[in-house]
Amino acid sequence: MVALSDQLVTFAILAYLIAMISHAVEFALGNARKVPAAAPARELVGAGVGGVGGVIDEPVVPAAPQRPDRSAARAVLAGRIAAWLIVLGAALHLGAVVTRGLAADRMPWGNMYEFVLTGTWIGVAAWLVVLWKQPGLRRLGLFLTLVMVLLLAFAELKLYVQVEPLMPALQSWWFIIHVSTIIFASGIFLLGVVPAAAYLMRNGWEQGRRSFPYTLARRLPAAAGLERLTFTLHAFSFPVFTFAVIAGAIWAEAAWGRAWGWDPKETWAFISWVVYAGYLHARATPSVKRNVATWIAIVGFLTVMMNLFGVNFFFTGLHSYAGVE
Amino acid sequence: MTTVDDRPSTPPAQAPRRVNPVLALLRNSWRQLTSMRTALILLFLLAVAAIPGSVLPQRGVNPERVDQWFVDHPDLAPRLDRIGAFEVFGSVWFSAIYLLLFTSLIGCILPRARDHVRALRMKPPAAPKRFARLPQHAVLEAPAAADPEAIAAVLRRRRWRVVVRGNEVSAEKGYLKETGNLLFHVSLVAVLLGVALGSWYGWHGNRILVAGADNAFCNTRQQYAEASLGPRVDSSDLPPFCLTLEKFEADYLPSGLASRYWATVTVDEPGGAERTAGFSVNSPLRLGSANVYLLSNGYAPVLRYTDKYGRSQTSRTPFLRTGDSNATEEGVAIFPDANVDPATGVRAADQQIAFDGFYLPTVPAEGPPVRSAWPEERDPAVNLLAYRGNLGLDAGIPGSVYELDKRQLDDGKLKEIGTKLLRPGEKWTLDDGSTLEFVGTEPYITISVRHAPGQTLLLVASGTLLLGLMGSLFARRRRVWFRVPPPEGGSPTGGSSLVEAGGLPRTEHPGFADEFAQLVAAVSGDAPDARRAREGDE
Repeated sequence: MVALSDQLVTFAILAYLIAMISHAVEFALGNARKVPAAAPARELVGAGVGGVGGVIDEPVVPAAPQRPDRSAARAVLAGRIAAWLIVLGAALHLGAVVTRGLAADRMPWGNMYEFVLTGTWIGVAAWLVVLWKQPGLRRLGLFLTLVMVLLLAFAELKLYVQVEPLMPALQSWWFIIHVSTIIFASGIFLLGVVPAAAYLMRNGWEQGRRSFPYTLARRLPAAAGLERLTFTLHAFSFPVFTFAVIAGAIWAEAAWGRAWGWDPKETWAFISWVVYAGYLHARATPSVKRNVATWIAIVGFLTVMMNLFGVNFFFTGLHSYAGVE
Repeated sequence: MTTVDDRPSTPPAQAPRRVNPVLALLRNSWRQLTSMRTALILLFLLAVAAIPGSVLPQRGVNPERVDQWFVDHPDLAPRLDRIGAFEVFGSVWFSAIYLLLFTSLIGCILPRARDHVRALRMKPPAAPKRFARLPQHAVLEAPAAADPEAIAAVLRRRRWRVVVRGNEVSAEKGYLKETGNLLFHVSLVAVLLGVALGSWYGWHGNRILVAGADNAFCNTRQQYAEASLGPRVDSSDLPPFCLTLEKFEADYLPSGLASRYWATVTVDEPGGAERTAGFSVNSPLRLGSANVYLLSNGYAPVLRYTDKYGRSQTSRTPFLRTGDSNATEEGVAIFPDANVDPATGVRAADQQIAFDGFYLPTVPAEGPPVRSAWPEERDPAVNLLAYRGNLGLDAGIPGSVYELDKRQLDDGKLKEIGTKLLRPGEKWTLDDGSTLEFVGTEPYITISVRHAPGQTLLLVASGTLLLGLMGSLFARRRRVWFRVPPPEGGSPTGGSSLVEAGGLPRTEHPGFADEFAQLVAAVSGDAPDARRAREGDE
């Protein structure tokens, strides 16, 4: 079962990698604005998450009779292939998570490798939901697959550990509640950083910047929609993260005798919480520019990464379950 | 979450009058402090200020590592200590940041609470003149609900707050957003109060509890190896109870990882008979007045020393875990009263005896017996070094009971006299004819006893915090108006049955157009048709 899980991870990485290449082809080929749109009606209605429908690369209003650009049509095809490859990758990825859990006979969240494996899957799954609701954002998949390939490859190479049962300290219902919500929130935060970074580039492009990072954004969806998606994702995961921290405190009271003790992991969770709270406040304050707010969200994600990698590798504390030396 | 909604109209401009400059300064400072910009900066500072608390060891978390840091960085450590870098979360600067932040927060929520109460008591405002200027508007032809009361009924069913003024219907919804926002911020204050209560009135102590009635522990300040009492707690406030460790069980997996711990204790509380209770990691022993948490466990070797005069003394000092996963332990057995001449009662200062070394629950089958091969007792042994001389206990310098004073060794006042591996029941005869017998071991547990008032408040406040947060993030304030032509002629629309509708989202909300369309459809009476027609348009 473990061998199966490991193979599935490898195939999932491959699928994401090919999806990334396919997205890159989509990027390299022509400007999709010239494509006479199929204009799926779903875009208009599916505003439940953020409702950026229609403003992006497949215009709602049928385009003026232009000669269909063949490379642009190929770009759309490449993008669709990429999206389906991500679906395939997510399925393989889910298989890897489930078989890992079956092999360990517990929830697959017992060490850092499993944490990254599950958290990245949450990010991909949430991306598919976003894509289903707002197909116009498809091109963000390039950045998403890049992040996924990097994280998963790092997890395979550096974090991999054998399947072990849980130590007594982790044998509690709170293990499922606390860790699952932390993973869920981290996965959404991970996904949230993709439109955040894309927004910052696209916003610069729309303001006329033509230097290096901004040129990448030439073929990205419109900045306003990216910004709204960034907010929607963070507004969704922040309460989940808050709940996860509270659940952790309740568990810590039972296991370690105190609800909060400034263990390095707790300290960085506090820092992340404060930074994301700052983002939500900045986003809600008209006098704060949207790109400043978005930078705060990026800083928030850096603190989450610091908590995952930095704290596990450099600090010793009570949360030493990573299984890395 | 804040400052999106427009406030009710500002008070009329005040007549110019001389203002006391001190008052003006105070008022301006207060406005600065309660502004969102200041709050954001304080939030950012709070995050930055917490970083050293994770990078540097903290006294409240791990005092041993702070001591080690002092040894490793003798120059830097005292300077950092002076600015509170080893007690970041109790330091003046960290406290200053969060107290300012909370002041700013209270300064922000008080006026907003007042405004919100006013808004809750106010009726939805009158309709604007021209609906066409609103973000959403529609004209309904011959709707099913054509009179204001009927429209109001439709809206009320959908839980809008409705008021009918003549031929106009005003409705508003989503007060939960600001309610949640205020609840979230008030809960934050309550969390801070809970933390403060816990640190003022709470106390905790840690100690080792060796199995057996002789080693029972009663809850007094002196019985703890390490204790910390809140500023409002006196030693005499500790509730009286006694614990005896009866049994400690641990199960291990084939890999050597522990799968289960279980400690069985006898509890003796005032006003009740003795009772037996069990507890474990993740399920503490909850007494009425305090909770007992299982932190760690180990074995205390029982070592009986018989001196050259034939008098025996027994040491049950716990050996502490060295940190390897197979429970190798390190410790000492000290016999300061050894070799007292029974005839004269004179204690020879240079005839004290001590042993230090390792305890291994399972001696490895091969290799030197310095590291245990398994965390359970399969082939236990102590591997000891014997010392004789002056232990230096009378010098008045406080020392650890778990290690020897190495200075005595360096000074030559204490000399090594041999080393030996002993299994249970084995005796070691030293050069002077005295003997050391390894009788066996007794399990011990490390416990933390804690009383933390304010935790109920913390739990409740965390719950309301979460509820408020969700309300403030997911609720959306919005208004709709309907205008029905006046019943008798002379209407602006020429006496027809055209009903106008307008909608204004007060929170940025892309789904509002849909909701508005559905509402209009409901008022029209034939919801599905109206909806299809609208989608066809687009």
